[in-house]
Amino acid sequence: MARSTGKDAQALFHSLRSAYAATPTTLKIIDLYVGFAVFTALIQVVYMAIVGSFPFNSFLSGVLSCVGTAVLAVCLRIQVNKDNKEFKHQMIFIPQIAGPTTRASFCRLCSLQFGAAFGDHEFPWINLDPAST
Amino acid sequence: MAAAAKAGEATLRHAFGNVLSFFILLLIGVLAFSIRLFSVIKYESVIHEFDPYFNYRVTQFLTKNGIYDFWNWFDDRTWYPLGRVIGGTVYPGLTLTAGTIWWLLNSLNIPLSVETVCVFTAPIFSAFASWATYLLTKEVKGAGAGLTAAALLAMVPSYISRSVAGSYDNEAVAIFALIITFYLYIKTLNTGSLFYATLNAIAYFYMVCSWGGYTFIINLIPMHVLLCIVTGRYSSRLYIAYAPLVVLGTLLAALVPVVGFNAVMTSEHFASFLVFIILHVVALVYYIKGILSPKMFKVAVTLVVSVGLVVCCAVIAILVALVASSPTKGWSGRSLSLLDPTYASKYIPIIASVSEHQPPTWPSYFMDINVLAFLVPAGIIACFLPLSDASSFVVLYIVTSVYFSGVMVRLMLVFAPAACIMSGIALSQAFDVFTRSIKFQLLRILGFSEADAGDGSSANVVPENDAVKVDKSEETIKERPSRKNKKKEKEQMEKAQAEKTSAKSKTEKRLLVLPMELSVIGLLLLVFMGAFYVVHCVWAAAEAYSAPSIVLTSYTHEGLHVFDDFREAYAWLRHNTEVDDKVASWWDYGYQTTAMANRTVIVDNNTWNNTHIATVGTAMSSPEKAAWEIFNSLDVKYVLVVFGGLVGYPSDDINKFLWMVRIGGGVFPHIKEPDYLRDGQYRIDSQATPTMLNCLMYKLSYYRFVETDGKGFDRVRRTEIGKKYFKLTHFEEVFTTHHWMVRIYKLKPSKNRIRGKMKKSKSRTSTPSSKRSGSRKKNPWQ
Repeated sequence: MARSTGKDAQALFHSLRSAYAATPTTLKIIDLYVGFAVFTALIQVVYMAIVGSFPFNSFLSGVLSCVGTAVLAVCLRIQVNKDNKEFKHQMIFIPQIAGPTTRASFCRLCSLQFGAAFGDHEFPWINLDPAST
Repeated sequence: MAAAAKAGEATLRHAFGNVLSFFILLLIGVLAFSIRLFSVIKYESVIHEFDPYFNYRVTQFLTKNGIYDFWNWFDDRTWYPLGRVIGGTVYPGLTLTAGTIWWLLNSLNIPLSVETVCVFTAPIFSAFASWATYLLTKEVKGAGAGLTAAALLAMVPSYISRSVAGSYDNEAVAIFALIITFYLYIKTLNTGSLFYATLNAIAYFYMVCSWGGYTFIINLIPMHVLLCIVTGRYSSRLYIAYAPLVVLGTLLAALVPVVGFNAVMTSEHFASFLVFIILHVVALVYYIKGILSPKMFKVAVTLVVSVGLVVCCAVIAILVALVASSPTKGWSGRSLSLLDPTYASKYIPIIASVSEHQPPTWPSYFMDINVLAFLVPAGIIACFLPLSDASSFVVLYIVTSVYFSGVMVRLMLVFAPAACIMSGIALSQAFDVFTRSIKFQLLRILGFSEADAGDGSSANVVPENDAVKVDKSEETIKERPSRKNKKKEKEQMEKAQAEKTSAKSKTEKRLLVLPMELSVIGLLLLVFMGAFYVVHCVWAAAEAYSAPSIVLTSYTHEGLHVFDDFREAYAWLRHNTEVDDKVASWWDYGYQTTAMANRTVIVDNNTWNNTHIATVGTAMSSPEKAAWEIFNSLDVKYVLVVFGGLVGYPSDDINKFLWMVRIGGGVFPHIKEPDYLRDGQYRIDSQATPTMLNCLMYKLSYYRFVETDGKGFDRVRRTEIGKKYFKLTHFEEVFTTHHWMVRIYKLKPSKNRIRGKMKKSKSRTSTPSSKRSGSRKKNPWQ
């Protein structure tokens, strides 16, 4: 039975690979970007597991911004995909740019804000604390 | 040619409809604003109740000191000697909103005071909330339903109760944020546009800033996503609507200091993450199903299921272990008391003692949503015909909000918008059918020959108010986005055809049409019902919900009598005590004391420290000496007591005394509730227990009370008091208001210890007070 499962698995991988190779290049690029973002997030999780979770807010902002990038890229892929009949092709590019840009700016803002709470850890050159003057 | 003329006519009609909608919306906004102004007219422009005073004080601080000081504010005028970190424990949405409005107006050189802005914030935002309801219902069922729902929400008494002019509380802006978040979610679901998804996340952020009830949103939306997945309505728009919201929303929620890391660590948010993972799994499955042949897909399924099940079990086991290791399973006390209504009364008496947290009675449903109570079931049925993503969401919303409103009367407020939406849908459908019937019958009577469009089915149709008829898709159902022109043309074509043939070619159902008289009567009855609703709402707003609680009135035979005792007492405190004096009272009055009297208090309405409240409760329940010791250790100078016995004010401290005993007894075991009970009741008459007659609360309330009428008749408890003539040894009375409603006492300083007299008797050492030798003299400190 393991034999047949093994053979089935191989056949499965084969058909998956061939089906995936048929997707257009633009989508493949987006998929690569998504994979990269998820990979970055995973690295941060591993790092946290090794080094410890202090300061937790930097971990949170880092992981969530990477995951957010991945999610928004997936949304882009959904909308750009020509096989998807639910979306009109032309009208969506502006939201596509606006969405990830907003998210990216929020995430940078959040990391900055979180970092500023522990000013000497993340961004030592930032001195937003008014009491310290 | 004819088509072009008809198109032109339709455009004109459409434009006219738009203009009419706009004006109706404007009027609805004005209505929502003005119906909340009764308290300003009847009393004055004053902030109501207790919690709004805290928000008002915070807003004052914000406008005076700016936003950085606001974020970093540590308040030392409350919870003495602990203080309170206001920047980190307050939901900043309301104060920031009002502060921004004030700043905007002042920069335009319109010099409104902070108090005016605070008082009128709630009515303005209720106008916005009704516009948001219009938008939300328009997404679900169309513009007609939207307008009806907006009109209903503008007047619904439940919402009025928490948003009158002067009720400057979180719910004033939070309900608006709630509805607009839901609208943007539905809009994203319908259009699949990332623009609305981003707006949705921003609106959710505003909601998190405003109210602790945001956990309702972050649990309802995942529930809806799960429902869509389970019922087979997964689509890529669902992914776009939900996934960015979770990630962006969590990130933004963690930005608010009061939420902080709770956004990822408490059980209230776990549902969203769980559904996030499930959604990704489902998306992956659909994607793979799309690119593989069916045979290979089956193989993939068996493989994945066998492997994935093992992994899944491992992950779930870890998760369960993590969650179960915390005693509350990761939920906060308030959320637990919502899920298990008996939890609070067993474990957290403070939550149980708040009157807003009690379950509502049946009549309160009729009082608060009135006629909508019958229209809601009709609306639910209307949502199922046909069922779209948006209408399933609204059904889920109303079912969950009904449950929560049954647990806690304060949450009737969350139920009200859902009820308005449902009723708006039901009413709009009913009106549609009636007017369509009338129009059709009129046309037939006026002589159209080929009229046989499936009429005369009155036998099948129950002509009642809450029957719902099957609709054609010309009615403004929005399942897919369609541009207005297309829809309008379709509408027009179908109207033309309906007069000729009965059934359309495609999937549309037959039109049901009622006989003429029935429709007219039905229409009239619906209008009467609406009139009844309006009359009730105006009455509720004027009589029931406009009381500011800080000023009381009563009608005597001489006319209107005003009881302004609270402000009298706070003004006395403000002008006759030192700035640093500490005032002790029961926690209800903390916010008002800090805001109006500007004195440091020991406990206030935030109730975050149960032990501190229990200390005050113990002091109130103890005899004078022990109470003096406790208060002296807290540096208290003045004690404030609210007493309603002379005028019959029922919410005074003697009626709240049972909570003082319970909360105090919960922390200090020497306070035992049975000591104060006679036959299971708290009594203050001659049958009262000696512990009760000696406790500080009794003494401070009834000191010199017998001088008022010679018999000491308490108008609230309706008996004469037990102990009538007594003196206070450790406290002295400094102020009693005009109607004896607020009484202020000062702690007597401890007497100097006398050494000379001790030397006469056995003077072993120079120890100051020996009980034995001092017994001859009347030592008050024994």
